[in-house]
Amino acid sequence: MTSSTDAQPVFTALGLTKTYRMGEVEVQALRGIDLELYAGELIVLLGPSGSGKSTLLNILGGLDVPTRGRVSYLDHELSGADESELTRFRREHVGFVFQFYNLIPSLTARENVAAVTEIATAPMTPEAALELVGLGNRLDHFPAQLSGGEQQRVAIARAVAKNPAVLLCDEPTGALDSTTGVRVLEVLEQVNRELGTLTVLITHNAGIAAMADRVIRLSDGSIAEIRSNSDKTPARELSW
Amino acid sequence: MRALNRKLLRDLWHLRGQVLAIVAVIMGGVATLVMSLSTYDSLVETRERFYAEYRFAEVFAYLERAPEPVADRLRAIRGVERLETRVVAGARLEVAGFDDPITGRILSLPDVGEAGLNRLHMKRGRRVAPYSSDEVVLSDTFAEAHGLGPGDRVAAIISGKRRSLEVVGVAVSPEYIYQIAPGAMFPDFKRYGVLWMGRTALAAAHDMDGAFNNLTLTLARGAREQEVIDRLDQQLARFGGTGAYGRADQFSNRFLSEELKQLQTTATIFPTIFLGVAAFMLNVVISRLIALQREQVAILKAFGYSHLAIGWHFVKLVLVVVVLGVLAGSALGAWFGQGLAGVYQETTFRFPYLHYRLNPQVVLIALMVSALAAVSGSLFSVARAARLAPATGMQAEMPTAYRATLLERLGLQRWFSAPTRMILRHIERRPLKSLLTVFGIACAGGLMMVGNYQKDAIDFMVDVQFRQAAREDLAVTFIDPTSGRALHELRALPGVDHVEGFRDVPVILRHRNHEYRSSVYGIEPAGVLHRSLDRSLAPVRVPPEGIVLTDHLANNILHIQPGELLTVEMLEGRRQVLQVPVLGITRQFLGVSAYMQRDALNRLLHEGNVVSGAYLAIEPGREEAVYAALHERPRVLSMVANAAAIQSFYATIGEFVLFYNLVATLLAGSIGFGVVYNSARIALSERGRELASLRVLGFTRGEIAYILLGELALLALAAVPVGMLVGVGLVAILVQAFESDLYRLPLILTSANLALGATLIVVATLFSGLFIWRRLGRLDLVAVLKTRE
Repeated sequence: MTSSTDAQPVFTALGLTKTYRMGEVEVQALRGIDLELYAGELIVLLGPSGSGKSTLLNILGGLDVPTRGRVSYLDHELSGADESELTRFRREHVGFVFQFYNLIPSLTARENVAAVTEIATAPMTPEAALELVGLGNRLDHFPAQLSGGEQQRVAIARAVAKNPAVLLCDEPTGALDSTTGVRVLEVLEQVNRELGTLTVLITHNAGIAAMADRVIRLSDGSIAEIRSNSDKTPARELSW
Repeated sequence: MRALNRKLLRDLWHLRGQVLAIVAVIMGGVATLVMSLSTYDSLVETRERFYAEYRFAEVFAYLERAPEPVADRLRAIRGVERLETRVVAGARLEVAGFDDPITGRILSLPDVGEAGLNRLHMKRGRRVAPYSSDEVVLSDTFAEAHGLGPGDRVAAIISGKRRSLEVVGVAVSPEYIYQIAPGAMFPDFKRYGVLWMGRTALAAAHDMDGAFNNLTLTLARGAREQEVIDRLDQQLARFGGTGAYGRADQFSNRFLSEELKQLQTTATIFPTIFLGVAAFMLNVVISRLIALQREQVAILKAFGYSHLAIGWHFVKLVLVVVVLGVLAGSALGAWFGQGLAGVYQETTFRFPYLHYRLNPQVVLIALMVSALAAVSGSLFSVARAARLAPATGMQAEMPTAYRATLLERLGLQRWFSAPTRMILRHIERRPLKSLLTVFGIACAGGLMMVGNYQKDAIDFMVDVQFRQAAREDLAVTFIDPTSGRALHELRALPGVDHVEGFRDVPVILRHRNHEYRSSVYGIEPAGVLHRSLDRSLAPVRVPPEGIVLTDHLANNILHIQPGELLTVEMLEGRRQVLQVPVLGITRQFLGVSAYMQRDALNRLLHEGNVVSGAYLAIEPGREEAVYAALHERPRVLSMVANAAAIQSFYATIGEFVLFYNLVATLLAGSIGFGVVYNSARIALSERGRELASLRVLGFTRGEIAYILLGELALLALAAVPVGMLVGVGLVAILVQAFESDLYRLPLILTSANLALGATLIVVATLFSGLFIWRRLGRLDLVAVLKTRE
């Protein structure tokens, strides 16, 4: 499902560079990334630890700003945006899924989703979002009453409930066993298919790459390879 | 172990904000303890030294007049070590340039050599020259108040005769450390003075040649005070003795003892509260710290560190904080203590010198109390850390189990947004912790109210005493009981509005095995100046035939009910012993007395229309003229003006109240901020991940601040009424603890004071909120994506 090049990209990155100072040392996390991501794509960002994939995701998600270079979301310039503009961007357009779910323990599944839909402009109902991830029957359970896989699906429901343009997932299966992980990936795949949400998924698990439209391999802060999958493998057939 | 010690230092540095807040609270508690105990120790020791060095007598007696040879018979009483006779005269004094009436008390000194008892500590000038006829030594308070010194002159009207006296010295006596005019409620250094002059000169002026009207004595080792007093009373009865008494009833000494007792109470109540709160805060901080470090604890255990080693590690952490707090508190307390002792010395305890002493034991007590409170407060958490199995410790903690709150289960759910539900559930999840937080904040509010209570109480007492009960402008006492016709003369003075006569008789009141030395006041039944007040402070008539007692006197001293018979032993005239029914109780905050109708009292004494003095109402602006007219009357012994007394009282205690309020505010503030900031800071570290996740999901800083600070605000809000209750409770304890026959504190809390307590809570919360707000801006959003709890 590679988009035609004349469609406007959702994200455009040009010469993206990010430098951190870690005490005395300067760390180059990104070294001039050029990239375009399109609506409806399912992207897998692959790479070893320290390759810069999380930094890239953070910058795309408005959690961080580049040191040099430009990044824009549709017509909005993200590089150089201030804190409140970034907050508004995240609030209106981005859904996040974390490696450790980060659910609010004091809220039920339904309320965890509602916490986000209450501040969104055109959300789906929390019930519909949880139905989408197959948890229609666990609405009033607290996180402590859910398994890890279920907690991650609640997190996905929470991320997609506001109908975001982009879904960013940082190692969403990192804390799960392979069977549960596959179940979570199926949900992500389904969201991407049914809602057409641009989905960017970070993993260092190469096995997951097979379900992507495009696989971007990062190495030492640069793009080592961009590969399009002409023949995607459905998530349910993955294993590792 | 060196690595663990380094970890300890880093943990302390990492937690420095919280450590500082806890140190502040411990410091507050220890400072109060050290301040109160060291002031107490210093004053007690100074008093003992001063009493011993200047030979303060142990038994005192007044009589009408006895020839000097009688003294030898008295010296023969078993148990008397040293006995000295004196002449004591009441007088009116005149100081050039000061028109208000001044009451004086003149005591005789031996014509040659120094007195054997109640010696004077000369501050300036010299003693009276042998057999001098017009030299006097002034008490230092009076001299200071009027700027008098050696070489100046004062006039004294003794037994109706005016004499001009030359001041040769200024001195302090152990007998008059606390000085108050007879019949006055407060010390007034300008309008009451004690003077000493040569025996021969004073005896001549007071018609006491070859006689005495006062004696003091010390007791032989092992002598029983009461036996000596009884023998003395027997012997003095025929010389008009009014009953001997020991140091416990000596006015100055008794007042000092009461003040010291109060100090001791302060030294117990306040540090208990402060240290209790500190222990609670330590507990919360340590348990949180350990929860955050469970993984590290598990690793240390996996390395083979013993339970004991790890437990000791955390106990050391607690102890470092305690030691810091105790050191800072001791320094602050010693500083406050010196200030407080200084204020006491200037206002109440006029010791000529002060031995400020910080007993190392006090610091040791502070250290033990704080360490005990803190370590016991932290022991549970420490035990839990040491108990963790290494494997459990290294696993991630399960999400904390929550449930819907009671409010939501009642069906109010739909009214609450998700953030509001988070607040409510978090509070309900740890009800004890929430309650303790509320209570900690409330304590700060309560302490603030106690600090301010003192001034309100004094205002209230002054109002009741001088605007409801003793409403006269001037109380005039005659040299001897006088015919009631004197009242007509007073009425005729220009400027005098209204006159009410009174009769007062020194008495011993007895009921069963209780007895109390006091005076019975005979007042006008329909009087408007001097009135008796009922329970609700409304004026009531004194009934025609019985006696009315101050509530404290009836309930707590004599244990007598209205309707029962009271034994009244008159210490004047024919010294009758009578049974009089108690017919009423009157509410009074200052002093204790017994009241009768003047006519009824005179009938009991078999006297006609007799007055001891009169209460006067004076037309505003005519005071000077009336004073001047009264100065001309030889039979007037003393005059006490209420307005002036109140003014000088406020001037005297103003500094003390100010100091006390400052200390209380500082300490309450440190507690308030310490508790609120720590609660918020702990909540932030407990929930930082949660809040950062919400920030990533698009919540603004304001929205997550609502979740965190909303909870804090809710707890602070709940603490406001609780704080008021705590304040009322603390004040009630004070009222109970400070109850004495000198005065009782009223249980009152003004709305201004309640508002002050609430304000402290609000301000402490706002400050803490501000700090937390700044920290929320520095939340690490990136880290939460990667870390598990």
